[in-house]
Amino acid sequence: MATTLTKAEDRAADTASHAARLRHVSKSFATPAGRQLVLDDISLDVAPGEFVTLLGASGCGKSTLLNLVAGLDKPSAGAIDTPGGRPALMFQEHALFPWLTAGRNIELALRLRGVERSARRPEAERLLELVRLGGAYGKRVHELSGGMRQRVALARALAQDSELLLMDEPFAALDAITRDVLHDELTRIWRETSVSVLFVTHNVREAVRLAQRVVLLSSRPGRIAREWTVDIEQPRRIEDADVAELSVEITEELRGEIRRHGRH
Amino acid sequence: MAGTETKAVTKTAKTPRPAKGDDLAGLEAGLDALDAVQVTRTPVREVLLRKVLPPVVAVALVLAVWQLLVSAQVTDAYKLPPPAAVWDSLRKMWLEGTLLEVLWTSVSRALLGFLMALAIGTPLGLLVARVRVVRAAIGPILSGLQSLPSVAWVPPAVLWLGLNDSMMFAVILLGAVPSIANGLVAGIDQVPPLFLRAGRTLGATGLRGARFVIMPAALPGYLAGLKQGWAFSWRSLMAAEIIASSPDLGLGLGQLLENGRNNIDMPGIFLAIILILVVGVAIDLLIFSPLERAVLRSRGLLVKS
Repeated sequence: MATTLTKAEDRAADTASHAARLRHVSKSFATPAGRQLVLDDISLDVAPGEFVTLLGASGCGKSTLLNLVAGLDKPSAGAIDTPGGRPALMFQEHALFPWLTAGRNIELALRLRGVERSARRPEAERLLELVRLGGAYGKRVHELSGGMRQRVALARALAQDSELLLMDEPFAALDAITRDVLHDELTRIWRETSVSVLFVTHNVREAVRLAQRVVLLSSRPGRIAREWTVDIEQPRRIEDADVAELSVEITEELRGEIRRHGRH
Repeated sequence: MAGTETKAVTKTAKTPRPAKGDDLAGLEAGLDALDAVQVTRTPVREVLLRKVLPPVVAVALVLAVWQLLVSAQVTDAYKLPPPAAVWDSLRKMWLEGTLLEVLWTSVSRALLGFLMALAIGTPLGLLVARVRVVRAAIGPILSGLQSLPSVAWVPPAVLWLGLNDSMMFAVILLGAVPSIANGLVAGIDQVPPLFLRAGRTLGATGLRGARFVIMPAALPGYLAGLKQGWAFSWRSLMAAEIIASSPDLGLGLGQLLENGRNNIDMPGIFLAIILILVVGVAIDLLIFSPLERAVLRSRGLLVKS
């Protein structure tokens, strides 16, 4: 993990053709009923700076796949390569540490990355500005609203300065208005930072609203069923007609995948 | 007609939104303002009224009932001395200058013993919580030790170490270390797995994980263990002081109680019991409760009732 400290500046010189490369990745778990295959032969590339959403119904192994890419778990077969070092990971729950202020949460990420003490505070404040929470440095987690917590969590993930940002349904627990605003924010920040994003969701419109490429996973076991390239200009809105149009098409496909499971 | 309408809608949706950035910032500022969590603190007067007044009234009531029982002569005067006699004992000790000395002998012993228990119990708890073999081996024993009255350790400690301060500390350690270690184990067991995952993705593994994630996350449970550890230290010491009296040991609260029994000095016995209680409560109230409240408040875990 020597590449963990890769700086954003070095990335331009980095000639890696991908931020993440998965080759024939499978994962199975031991259960009382024998080994259960959760992910089957997943091959997927995320290009540098690309925004990819992984879409699927329950049981498609979305979160398992993210855990594998994040290095929290090992695949049963196949290979995963993330040349930019340890990816940053954002969860559905904010996962901020309640014993630290918002600013200190970000500084902890910087410290663990090896940033020297004097540089931490200005960097944390810059990242808070980036998520438009300039005044929240000294705020405790419980003093922030749900949307603000997820923005601090995003800032903390960005503090890892990783080339790849993994997001595990990060907005699923938010109200619709806040989620809509955070979609706009994420799109803006993604375009400003040129970070690559692999975003997991079960919300078709969210997937189309955000991504350049939508990857549909089938369930039990999770396999790549289909892919769409989203050619709609950013910034988009979730209520845009072309977002809706593609969402309808993808939803049909997703429903087809789900129906297969009722047939035997 | 319907067709043109649909087209019109599509067109509006596609219209570029020029001031979008500023728009978003304003929208977000509005949302933050609406959602901001208000944190208020209770005014001092209300604290006095709700937190201080009730216990004061309760103590006054106990004293009143006590005096009433004495006045009604429910039992012999030497068995139940009036509050005034206990007060006189206290005054006498204060004027003789022995009161603070006695208090300090016991309190310094208990605090020193407690600090030693802290130094041993903390790494022990960490080990039991994080190393599976260690937990399987000594986890149940550690829990079981908590239910063993610490007074049971006094006879062997006297034989092993003699009638001296080391024996007192040994009894305190045997009483307090299991509480502190168990408190830490419980605290660590209750750390949400999400924090551990978040910590690992940030690079906090191994010892760095213990320092930056596990220990701070387990702090509330650890503090509860410390609180109980203090109670056990104090109780163990009193047991040791009552049983093992020797002129070399100096006069502590336990010996004060034992001397009262030997001299059939009931006011002295009452005074010793009250002092033991007051010290136990005072340390908890002055040190552990504020610490615990500060930790819980800073994490937003203190629910106002």
